[in-house]
Amino acid sequence: MAAPKKAAASTPQDKTDGGSPPEFTREQELKALRDMLLIRRFEEKAGQLYGMGAIGGFCHLYIGQEAVVVGMQMALKQGDQVITGYRDHGHMLATGMDANGVMAELTGRRGGYSKGKGGSMHMFSKEKHFYGGHGIVGAQVSLGTGLAFANHYRGNDNVSVTYFGDGAANQGQVYESFNMAELWKLPVIYVIENNRYAMGTAVSRASAQQDFSKRGVSFNIPGKQVDGMDVRAVKAAGDEAVAWCRAGKGPFILEMQTYRYRGHSMSDPAKYRTREEVEKVRHDQDPIEQVRNRLLAAKVSEADLKAIDAEVRDIVNASADFAQHDPEPDAAELWTDVYR
Amino acid sequence: MPIQVLMPALSPTMEKGNLAKWLKKEGETIKSGDVIAEIETDKATMEVEATDEGTLGKILIPEGTADVAVNTPIATILADGESAADLAKAPAPAKQEKAAESAPPAAAKSEAPQPKAAPAPQAVAEPDPEVPAGTEMVTQTIREALRDAMAEEMRRDPDVFVMGEEVAEYQGAYKVTQGLLQEFGPKRVIDTPITEHGFAGVGVGAAMTGLKPIVEFMTFNFAMQAIDQIINSAAKTLYMSGGQMGCSIVFRGPNGAAARVAAQHSQDYSAWYSNVPGLKVVAPFSAADYKGLLKAAIRDPNPVIFLENEVLYGHTGEVPKLDDFIIPIGKARIARAGSHVTIISWSNGMTYALKAADELAKDGIEAEVIDLRTLRPMDTETIINSVKKTGRAVTVEEGWAQSGVGAEIAARIMENAFDYLDAPVARVSGKDVPMPYAANLEKLALPSAAEVVEAAKAVCYR
Ligand SMILES: Cc1ncc(C[n+]2csc(CCOP(=O)(O)OP(=O)(O)O)c2C)c(N)n1
Ligand SMILES: [Mg+2]
Repeated sequence: MAAPKKAAASTPQDKTDGGSPPEFTREQELKALRDMLLIRRFEEKAGQLYGMGAIGGFCHLYIGQEAVVVGMQMALKQGDQVITGYRDHGHMLATGMDANGVMAELTGRRGGYSKGKGGSMHMFSKEKHFYGGHGIVGAQVSLGTGLAFANHYRGNDNVSVTYFGDGAANQGQVYESFNMAELWKLPVIYVIENNRYAMGTAVSRASAQQDFSKRGVSFNIPGKQVDGMDVRAVKAAGDEAVAWCRAGKGPFILEMQTYRYRGHSMSDPAKYRTREEVEKVRHDQDPIEQVRNRLLAAKVSEADLKAIDAEVRDIVNASADFAQHDPEPDAAELWTDVYR
Repeated sequence: MPIQVLMPALSPTMEKGNLAKWLKKEGETIKSGDVIAEIETDKATMEVEATDEGTLGKILIPEGTADVAVNTPIATILADGESAADLAKAPAPAKQEKAAESAPPAAAKSEAPQPKAAPAPQAVAEPDPEVPAGTEMVTQTIREALRDAMAEEMRRDPDVFVMGEEVAEYQGAYKVTQGLLQEFGPKRVIDTPITEHGFAGVGVGAAMTGLKPIVEFMTFNFAMQAIDQIINSAAKTLYMSGGQMGCSIVFRGPNGAAARVAAQHSQDYSAWYSNVPGLKVVAPFSAADYKGLLKAAIRDPNPVIFLENEVLYGHTGEVPKLDDFIIPIGKARIARAGSHVTIISWSNGMTYALKAADELAKDGIEAEVIDLRTLRPMDTETIINSVKKTGRAVTVEEGWAQSGVGAEIAARIMENAFDYLDAPVARVSGKDVPMPYAANLEKLALPSAAEVVEAAKAVCYR
């Protein structure tokens, strides 16, 4: 209610035990590059298809935040679950879901992951342990805690990776979940993707405690701030949190300091931040450029990198082609899947 | 080959926009992600980002052009090594690929098989008693009518304030609170964190002391996070306190189906709130009603659920230019007089009802269309008087049929006008499924004018 403060212009920094994160092997660098590029190009294409009217409704792009899901995924093993909100395309691609199925869901076609019935915000894959795709801000936090509950109940050592935004972090059910997770020592990693804005609201205008890694303090949940633009830092923090959870010590909070380059959704006039602010992050901290530059410095040839570009572009173009030619769902699908 | 840049659609409902400004000149180099132009819609000014690299070849739509249709080519981008001479080779604009099957584009557009130019439904039988004859009218969008209603009430009563997500600095997620922060300042126009349950409770608490909050939900889908405070605290306190302490509070925001936003963002809560004693529930259709009823809701000493409709925000209507234009809560309006069948609806359901009445008139069936405007308390008298005249009734709602508002209306007609009925009451409603995303399924899930026509003919045995 006091005079609104201006957006904090702090830049994401590495707080993981100071110093730079452990180096990646060349294979890891190449995999991270490829997986992040796939998300970037996929999202650019989705934006284009939206502009053409082939995608409707809300469409929230993940451009800028790629290192978060790609780094976290590198810390996981088979059977670990992932759940997130509506900014979900990157998470799905990172879990290995098929680009064709995701893009066709965006265009509302029968080959989409939800047969065209869910759209951009609602996709799921049992096979890849991806539990959605949720449109109500904060709801996935309790659900993700429930996934961890199931692991605990079954006595397996899988973890639930529960993603949510800086804005979602203010919802009440987040703290109800934190309490239960620590009380029952549930294996859940709360990954708070702090991209500095919730729609048009800068973190400083909505959050009394802006250090999200401390949001679990009163529940005794450990937390860490991570440079979410550096895929190596993400992976290292992910490893630590995963080890904690698998050892039965309960939940862990990772605040990923990241940034979204595009508007909140396609219809966001983005008047709440300057073009310069966006340009600066893109120029100084782009997660993909960081890896590309390291690879070039390590004498990987331009040609090798171009080959990755080409492979990714082919996948994305094929998905767009599929998503525009696949038929709409059969009219009878209106009535299916309400009950089983 | 040069690439064409098309006028983008920036929201699900956008069909055209103004090309406000070019930020790049012909011949300038463009990287993917560069902002090349600004376009304006009725909601906002937006930036167009390049998705391809190259040089800006030719600007096809000059800045300052109004009403550019979505998908019109607005410029060409030349790839490396291409020159202006290649421009002639630019491909035809990439038409949106159609699904291999089903939903032809025409079907997706027109509700009833009639030309677009058909005159807007008129024939308002009874002029609103709230508007003296000869009153000057102003044409406004519903969005503006709502904003003016809030601004007028805030000028009048310092205890009125607005709170909600993005209502202040962002000027409202749907631009309904545009300008309020500038006029009333951050003490009275308050951006909240995303904490619906919390700020609804804060609003109710403040209202218990006599303040008069207007709580905006970005959409009513998110009010489900807050429904405990709305029902258990707002609706019941007056009763529980034996009349000592009530709360004068308005919960408002868009309700019902929006375009292509799928199950969690497209639901009609009319029936939910209209079930609750202690709440008043308002759901207007016309711009004038939006204004007059919102002002009434703000002044009402009870909690009022004010259900708006996103699809209608940009619609314009005539609003009386009066210093204090109030429409009483609880009064329906005859939107069109007729003698053969009564069609009862509210909010966006009126769109289908009025279109259907036009269609029916062509077949010689004169429908009387009632716009309920308020769902609780319901204006049973207006409904019953009409049904006594017509002997037939059809209800139209976007929500689900089971335990719906239409079911309630049907029961009241049965209780109060059974002997006058010549046919069972028919209900047209949203289909009994969560809202699907796919364009063809979404269309099937919603009611349509054609279904209303069919139901009206059925009750007329035609
Ligand atoms: C309960 C609820 N309230 C409001 C909204 C509308 N809404 C959608 S996204 C969003 C902002 C969320 O921001 P954040 O959690 O930071 O995630 P980001 O979009 O930055 O990824 C809001 C307010 C919603 N979907 N659900
Ligand atoms: Mg955010």
